[in-house]
Amino acid sequence: MTTTLAVQAAQMLLVLGLAPLLVGFVRKVKARLLRRQGPPLIQPYRDLIRLLRKDLVLATSASWLFRAIPYLIFAATWVAAALVPTFATGLMFSWSADLIVIIALLGLARFFLALAGLDVGTSFGGIGSSREVMIASLAEPAMLMIVFTLALAAGSTQLSTMAEYLASGEAGLRFSLGLALIALIIVAIAENARIPVDNPATHLELTMVHEAMVLEYSGRHLALIDLSAELKLLLYVSLIACLFMPWGIAAPDAGLEALLIGVIAYIAKLTAVGFLLAVFETSIAKMRVFRVPEFLGVALMLALLATLLLFVSRSL
Amino acid sequence: MTLVVVLAIAAALLIVSALSLALLGTALGRILVYGISLTLAGIGLAAALGALIGQVPTETLTLPLGLPWIGAHFRLDALSAFFLVVVNLGGGAASLYALGFGRHETAPQRVLPFYPLFLAGMTLVVIADDAFTFLFSWEFMSLSSWALVMAHDHVRENLRAGYVYLVMASFGTLALLIAFGLLAGPDGAYAFDAIRNSQVAPGLVPLVLILVLIGSGSKAGLVPLHAWLPLAHPAAPSHVSGLLSGVMTKVAVYAFARIVFDLLGDPAWWWSMVVLALAGITCVMGVLYALMQHDLKRLLAYHTVENIGIIFIGLGLALGFQAYGLGWAAALAFTAALLHVLNHSLFKHLLFLGSGAVLTATGERNMEHLGGLIHRMPLTAFTFLVGCVAISALPPLNGFVSEWLTFQAILQSPQLPSWGLKFLIPAVGSLLALSAALAAACFVKAFGITFLGRPRTEAARRAHETDAFSLTSMFTLATLCLIAGILPGYFIDALAPVAKSMVGESMPLQHGVPFLSIVPIAEGRSSYNGLLVFLFMVVSGVAAAIVIHRFASDRIRRGPAWDCGYPDPSTQTQYTSSSFAQPIRRVFGTLVFRASEQVDMPPPGDQRPARLVVRLTDTIWDALYEPIAVVVGTIADRLNRLQYLSIRHYLGFVFVSLVGLLLVLAIWP
Amino acid sequence: MHGLNFDIAHLLAGSLVLVSFMLLYQDRLYALLNVYALHAVVLALSVAWQAYIQGAPHLYITAAIALLFKAIVIPVALHRMIVKLGIHREIEAVGGIGLTMLLGMGLVALAMVVTLRATEGAGLLAREDLAFALSVVLLGLLMMVTRRNAVSQVVGFMSLENGLVLAATGAKGMPLVVEISVAFSILIAFIVIGIFLFRIRERFDTVDVAALDRYRGEHG
Repeated sequence: MTTTLAVQAAQMLLVLGLAPLLVGFVRKVKARLLRRQGPPLIQPYRDLIRLLRKDLVLATSASWLFRAIPYLIFAATWVAAALVPTFATGLMFSWSADLIVIIALLGLARFFLALAGLDVGTSFGGIGSSREVMIASLAEPAMLMIVFTLALAAGSTQLSTMAEYLASGEAGLRFSLGLALIALIIVAIAENARIPVDNPATHLELTMVHEAMVLEYSGRHLALIDLSAELKLLLYVSLIACLFMPWGIAAPDAGLEALLIGVIAYIAKLTAVGFLLAVFETSIAKMRVFRVPEFLGVALMLALLATLLLFVSRSL
Repeated sequence: MTLVVVLAIAAALLIVSALSLALLGTALGRILVYGISLTLAGIGLAAALGALIGQVPTETLTLPLGLPWIGAHFRLDALSAFFLVVVNLGGGAASLYALGFGRHETAPQRVLPFYPLFLAGMTLVVIADDAFTFLFSWEFMSLSSWALVMAHDHVRENLRAGYVYLVMASFGTLALLIAFGLLAGPDGAYAFDAIRNSQVAPGLVPLVLILVLIGSGSKAGLVPLHAWLPLAHPAAPSHVSGLLSGVMTKVAVYAFARIVFDLLGDPAWWWSMVVLALAGITCVMGVLYALMQHDLKRLLAYHTVENIGIIFIGLGLALGFQAYGLGWAAALAFTAALLHVLNHSLFKHLLFLGSGAVLTATGERNMEHLGGLIHRMPLTAFTFLVGCVAISALPPLNGFVSEWLTFQAILQSPQLPSWGLKFLIPAVGSLLALSAALAAACFVKAFGITFLGRPRTEAARRAHETDAFSLTSMFTLATLCLIAGILPGYFIDALAPVAKSMVGESMPLQHGVPFLSIVPIAEGRSSYNGLLVFLFMVVSGVAAAIVIHRFASDRIRRGPAWDCGYPDPSTQTQYTSSSFAQPIRRVFGTLVFRASEQVDMPPPGDQRPARLVVRLTDTIWDALYEPIAVVVGTIADRLNRLQYLSIRHYLGFVFVSLVGLLLVLAIWP
Repeated sequence: MHGLNFDIAHLLAGSLVLVSFMLLYQDRLYALLNVYALHAVVLALSVAWQAYIQGAPHLYITAAIALLFKAIVIPVALHRMIVKLGIHREIEAVGGIGLTMLLGMGLVALAMVVTLRATEGAGLLAREDLAFALSVVLLGLLMMVTRRNAVSQVVGFMSLENGLVLAATGAKGMPLVVEISVAFSILIAFIVIGIFLFRIRERFDTVDVAALDRYRGEHG
């Protein structure tokens, strides 16, 4: 009982601590691929601390909702990230929220972020919010169809059960799971505002979605929102890792060694996926905004095809 | 005993309506009508809750009213008790709201007498136990609500709304009339008990199902019979709009559930496919229509269509599972649908009341003339926000619970042996997911454009907070939304007797589950704990706030908006509702609405303003309603000539029909 | 069931359906030819794998024919023809790409429902193969029906042919003679279509099918 509680608490703090490091690593690799030195790995931590110390500058037309939203977004994202198995399955509170709840919590965060874009009453916030809800209107159904595929294959929507099923090797080399993986990668890119959907490094108004919504935030609010975005990236990478790269993940009630192996395996997976993400972002260009629905439409089609093809395969 | 109480309440409402005629136009009349309605709704709610939770056995009663050889049968079983809870909750909230809101009513004599009649009609429909009482109460409900829709008849579009509503309501009642006729059979056994025990001829069952779908679906708002809903619901005064969208559509769902699950016998495999297909299309079309609106109340009305689709998806799933004997899955789907009935009546009512508050404060329903209301009306904004989050199916509020249960039911589809259903159900699941995402977009738009940003017109700048009664009503509904979201187990247990009576089985009992989670099927399959998620979020948010304020800075400065260095004092450069919807309009609208945009940009040097024209066609109206209206119009024109014939012609008609009937008598064996 | 063998066969047949969808998604002619070449390569791999697990060595020859002719010769020849005729290189779809993809999904679901119902009692490998093959055939037909460009219609016909080959290899024991005749019939059809395209070009100066309709006296 205490060990599972300790594992859950450790996971919550681990995701919070590792999220900026992942982003720092991705930026460093991208810089190196572009033959630059790049910022140090711990630069995101420094950015967060710097922002936390600064004064807050609020627009005169900002409301109480504008001030409350960063905390709401952070709370929702952190709770969701704490429920995705990273180094061990069978987390203590995994029965309280399954994969659909995790996606809905991210949807809650996105809802409030879109509202924040509209709060101050500038046109840039409006651009960001309207494009964000358009992307979400296709990314969320694709994500839910991926959940369907995985849940139909594993027999449960609980993430721990799915991870154990996929880790046990019963799934084999199913085609539907491959399609689901491709769809999940596309959705993860869209949701985390990565190239080709959105450029996380730009501040050109007409090319950004996420940055446009948080344009008016400063100081500690901006620090919380940046941390939430980093947590979200970590969440999606952990999701891909625990579902499709389940090697080394510790079973529930495992001993200390299994947990340590789990942690090391997890960090290795983060490194690998971060590296691939950086390579991917460096090798293609950002899409025009109205090609993004086609891109996400592909994810939705793949996920729907994956669900339908499950019926043709072995057991269903 | 409870049944007698309910009937007494209905009678009391009729008396109140009569009384109000004497006190029209005075403040006392308004307080009397709404105050007594509130008390009666409270009593009704207590009685219905007692009957539902106490699992009181079914009561029946026959009154010597109506047709002499039938009488008026009334019955209170679990399904009726649940829908009585919905009706009285909505009625109570609307009456409380109207105690304050009714002060601004410009035509009280057109609203006050019909309001209690409307509540009485809805109560009677839900407890009617024979076809005649049912149809009588149904029509009574329709007509009293029509009178309320026509309350502000000086507005042209309300006249059109009332006309379309009347036509569609009559059409629906006709369908139900024929359905009941087929169900009663040649012996004319109209009592529901007799119908339950008799068997409809198997060839007629598809016809009855289609007729019931048309009749109840047109009142509920299933596509393509939804066209009257977005015209009529916004036209009525706001508390009545809330009742129309939140409660009357649910009474239509009750009609469907009662007839199809209770009276029609065991479902066949294809019933589920028809209902699911219609429901899936309804979901997506409803929310896409809603996204294109800039009138706040019309947006809410179109969104009701989407939620009715979600409810019917649950009902369709229950039919499918029941047809193949999977009682536990049918109970899950049925409970999900009924839970969504309750949830939707809560948050849609809340949203309509909020829009009523906005209308009184600013005189505007058009979102593009509003903005910045969160500063002027913070409490209304807060409750409206709770409603928006709830309707977007986001945790930890109640909309999420019913959608989660519906998804769990959809995930049981591999258990079905029918291949058609196995493929249709995930497809409908994807439509449900799409409509949920679009609903969130719709309500970001509704809340953001109306309440956030900067005020776009003088009316928005001068808005003021609403009165205490309205706020109390809205806060009560918002609190109920939260409670239903974090303690769903109790609600599911309360619905267990309903599921058991309609579908044969019920979901596993939830109040024994540790930590107040809900477990729809079994421990290892899936579970959800709304309370824990809510507590986690509150704790982490508050902890983050405390840590940051202690260890980092907590100073605030106010300044002008950054706006990338180009601050614009004009409020017209903000996003409007149609500009917010533009990306979605471009992605989905070109297919569904043949949306086209046309820009007229004057050449440099020309002083005239540029124009952007957005054209949307209502494809369903053009494809279905227009041709029917044209055909009916042509026939009516032809038949109109009958008005101008001579006396000899009319005598000739009488003569011919008399001779014809005599011929039939002569030839008939 | 031999788990891994089944899974890989499933993987290759499913990839063929996926590449058919990719064919539907393309809107540039050269990219379409490249994707068709990929389609033929996946078909060749699938047939080769079937040869391995069924122990039918003549299917290797079928795979080689598919690889040589359909993946290399035909795309190159079509490429040359496009350059020579100066054919219009954008592909317009009737109804838009999104609608076509949705219809494609519906056709795949329909093919699966029909095949699974009609083949109760057969071996799972054969049933799944047939379901995928029917999907590819229907998608090829969809492509022919919803494209205005004659070359893309030809490619649709070729992908339909690939689907038929997949079906034939799934059902055990298709003799080589049939494959040779099938291959030659493709070649003849291809030559005929090629000749017609040249003659159409001479007379009407375009291979856009809508332009052809104009000359038939029908208005598009």
